[in-house]
Amino acid sequence: MPDDSPSLSKYELAARKQQTRRNLLLCSPALIVLLLAASGPLLVMLFYSFLKSGNYGGVIYEFSLDGWLNVFLVRDIFDDVLKVADAHLSVFWRSIKLSAMTTFTCLVIGFPTAYFIATRPRESRNFWLFLITIPFWTNLLIRTFAILELIRNNGIVNNLLTDLHIIEQPIQMMYTDFAIMIGMTYVYLPLMILPLYASMEKLDFRLVEAAYDLYATRIRVLRKVIIPLIKPGIVAGSILVFIPSLGAFVTPRVLGGGKNLMLGNLIELQFGQGRNWPLGAALSITLLFIVMATLLLYVRYSQKGGVQHEQ
Amino acid sequence: MSSSIVSPKKLFSIYKLPGFTFIAITCFVMLYAPIMILVGYSFNEGSSLALWEGLSLRWYYSAWQNEAVKDATLLSLIIALQASLYSTVLATMAALGTTRTRAYRGQTAIYAMINQPLMVPEIVTAVALLIVFATIKQATGYQGLSFLVIAHTAFCVPFAYLPIRARLEDMDRSLEIAAADLYATPWRCFRRVTLPLLLPGILAGAMLAFVISLDDVVITEFVKSAGQDTLPTFMLGQIRRVITPEMNAIASALLAVSVLMVSLIFLINRKKT
Amino acid sequence: MTPIIRKSIVGLAMVAISGSASAAGELNLYNWGNYTNPELITKFEKAHDVKVTVTDYDSNDAALAKVKAGGHGFDMVVPSANYMKIWIDEGLLLETRPDQMSNFKNVAKDFNDPVWDPGRRYSVPWQWGTVGMIVDTSVYKGDINTSALFLDPPDELKGKINVPPEMNDVISAAIMYLGGDPCTTDKDLLRKVRDKLVEAKKHWLSMDYGMIEKFAGRDVAASLYWNGAGFRAREKNADVRFGYPQEGFALWMDSVAVLKDAKNADNAKLFQNFVMMPENAALISAFARYANGIEGSDKYMPEDMKNAPEIIIDPKLSGAGKFLLACSPRATEMYTAIWTELQK
Repeated sequence: MPDDSPSLSKYELAARKQQTRRNLLLCSPALIVLLLAASGPLLVMLFYSFLKSGNYGGVIYEFSLDGWLNVFLVRDIFDDVLKVADAHLSVFWRSIKLSAMTTFTCLVIGFPTAYFIATRPRESRNFWLFLITIPFWTNLLIRTFAILELIRNNGIVNNLLTDLHIIEQPIQMMYTDFAIMIGMTYVYLPLMILPLYASMEKLDFRLVEAAYDLYATRIRVLRKVIIPLIKPGIVAGSILVFIPSLGAFVTPRVLGGGKNLMLGNLIELQFGQGRNWPLGAALSITLLFIVMATLLLYVRYSQKGGVQHEQ
Repeated sequence: MSSSIVSPKKLFSIYKLPGFTFIAITCFVMLYAPIMILVGYSFNEGSSLALWEGLSLRWYYSAWQNEAVKDATLLSLIIALQASLYSTVLATMAALGTTRTRAYRGQTAIYAMINQPLMVPEIVTAVALLIVFATIKQATGYQGLSFLVIAHTAFCVPFAYLPIRARLEDMDRSLEIAAADLYATPWRCFRRVTLPLLLPGILAGAMLAFVISLDDVVITEFVKSAGQDTLPTFMLGQIRRVITPEMNAIASALLAVSVLMVSLIFLINRKKT
Repeated sequence: MTPIIRKSIVGLAMVAISGSASAAGELNLYNWGNYTNPELITKFEKAHDVKVTVTDYDSNDAALAKVKAGGHGFDMVVPSANYMKIWIDEGLLLETRPDQMSNFKNVAKDFNDPVWDPGRRYSVPWQWGTVGMIVDTSVYKGDINTSALFLDPPDELKGKINVPPEMNDVISAAIMYLGGDPCTTDKDLLRKVRDKLVEAKKHWLSMDYGMIEKFAGRDVAASLYWNGAGFRAREKNADVRFGYPQEGFALWMDSVAVLKDAKNADNAKLFQNFVMMPENAALISAFARYANGIEGSDKYMPEDMKNAPEIIIDPKLSGAGKFLLACSPRATEMYTAIWTELQK
């Protein structure tokens, strides 16, 4: 990426080098902490994925590819035939589907909310922002149980609807995919709203005004002016919601009844009752690759967009 | 719809998009409905989360009496405060080093590394940290809180980083350039110009980090040493039996404190302006 | 920002101070969450001038992984019977010889020489119980002493059944229902187990914990679950009964053992001897609502537990109870495959 084009003067080159050094210096404290407590330990996992599984959890220090093989292929326990691990694939697919739906719902609800906050008078914006985060001061489990209380068959929503004679029989909401969606949206909503707000707050409303002056409709203004300007916020929010929901397992278990595994549960099973650490390690690194690839695409895409925007 | 834009009230209407306010209000109602329930049930006489048996302060009293609950709450707050502070500082620096700059070698790698805690399910980081930290704990004999603070700081960094970066990316350079032209030192320029402009992003990042740290279960469960139960791990231990209504009481009390804090900040801000 | 730093430093100091109270000795107990009676701890602290710290875990596997990794600072742990052999074989436990302690005479005959710790050389009974069927009899009037309620469910219960997310308990129950032994690796039988579970799952509402609340709110009408929870559910919903599947049901026992790398091994041994006293064992039971395996403790038990049908197994059915032990790695591998298939 460094462009050593001959047209640059020595002075400019030195200035650039200095800038790069400054950048690296600024990043290094964060990188050191992450190396110690996030990326470094992950190397341990990579190493473990190539080892043999210990009898009762843990690993035996012998090289083996079984962990990786088992991600996509399983030896059938009944007739010893190697076949595609369809159970793993369907868990992958379910997790991706539910996470995408959650991200979308968060965006649909979070965008107007962030917009609403960003258009409040300056001095009251922080207040609204705090209002968003306050519910999240209470523990995740407690919040999830409270949602359960709302949507139970004899819960408040169903009782209210039957008392108002809108429905005859309680609607089964608890233990459905709908419940998981509601729950995950609830849990991850601030992760969408806060980055959206951070970009919207900067939004130059003169541009919006100018668009109106040119007789653009509201939808057009939204699509052609507002959304492109706050794209970094949308990208950041979507990443923050999508990726953690891929690995979520408390909400699916409590609200969805835990009948179907999510990726997080599948990996946890291997490190827990399943006692197959290498498979657990291989599964998580597979997940990491998928996410990383998507993310890199995003970065490339948003950088290109950024350059065009500047010109 | 389009008739309103030529109306004289145009300046006000540009802020409003149809349906947005309605969705926003609905969103706030939705956010607070479960919270109202949990506050309500914290005053329940019975030990159930599902059956109302009358008004009582019993669970507040018993939570206050319960040393384990008090210790866990205090520890959760201490860790969350430290982790959110450290991670926000680190994330702000990293954001300054990765945005609004000419692309340099390794920038993508740095970006990937900062966001890495987001991409790995917690259980994986947890098991890996257990192995690494256990080795350190054995070698040094030190088993203090720092391990938890470092682990929390690490996974809070991306949560703090993304809003700050988003804010920074949209920020106008011209003010800073003007300041530099007026011979402000880089540090002065940063403090007087960049930082104030960046503050909403930093605030959003810090709040996210705080909340994320406060909620963490899995990593804490694997990193904690003897006597280091936080509120979430304390609750995790109860999940197979009964989650006592003491938890509702604690949650409501924390909520009351945070509401009080917010109101105070709000009032102070008001006086200033 | 400085006030925040100052506050957190003050807070840290407070924790450090409260952690090092003035007691002569220390003891770090690593136990299941919400399982240790604070009264028991206070009593022990007063009797022996020892400061006890209790830290929680939520699963046998988490506790095992953590202690195996080292550097944890715990002195005692409370593993279940089906994990005890692993703890012993991996060399994690200290051989404290509880069988030679003064209070060992109080241990009930059934538990003084168990398969998982022959001769009680390592561990002391904490609590024991059963895995059976909790049933809301206002929904289902038939015989509740059978696993058919969740494996071949009657029409009244369809769509109202819960099964706990516990691989070993669920698969063992299904194996016993189909006439096998827990931990079997018999392929023909396991194939039937898989088919039975996959078929039955269509009628399940959930695979979840928290059943006391669910029965209280009448969201669930039948569940494979633990007896102590059945007892508590009955307190909140008078129609609830606990059934012991005649095809075979699992028994479990958690026992207190001392870790090999314990810093306070002497205090830990005192604690082992301490919980074998009937009045102390009764304190444990009064809190978590399970039986304890100490002879003579019933005298000190809460009134409501003395004759509770969830605690005292119906003698006609007690023969069907089997202790779950550690399964072979091959069996675990097969069960994990079935479990994943079931939840895919």
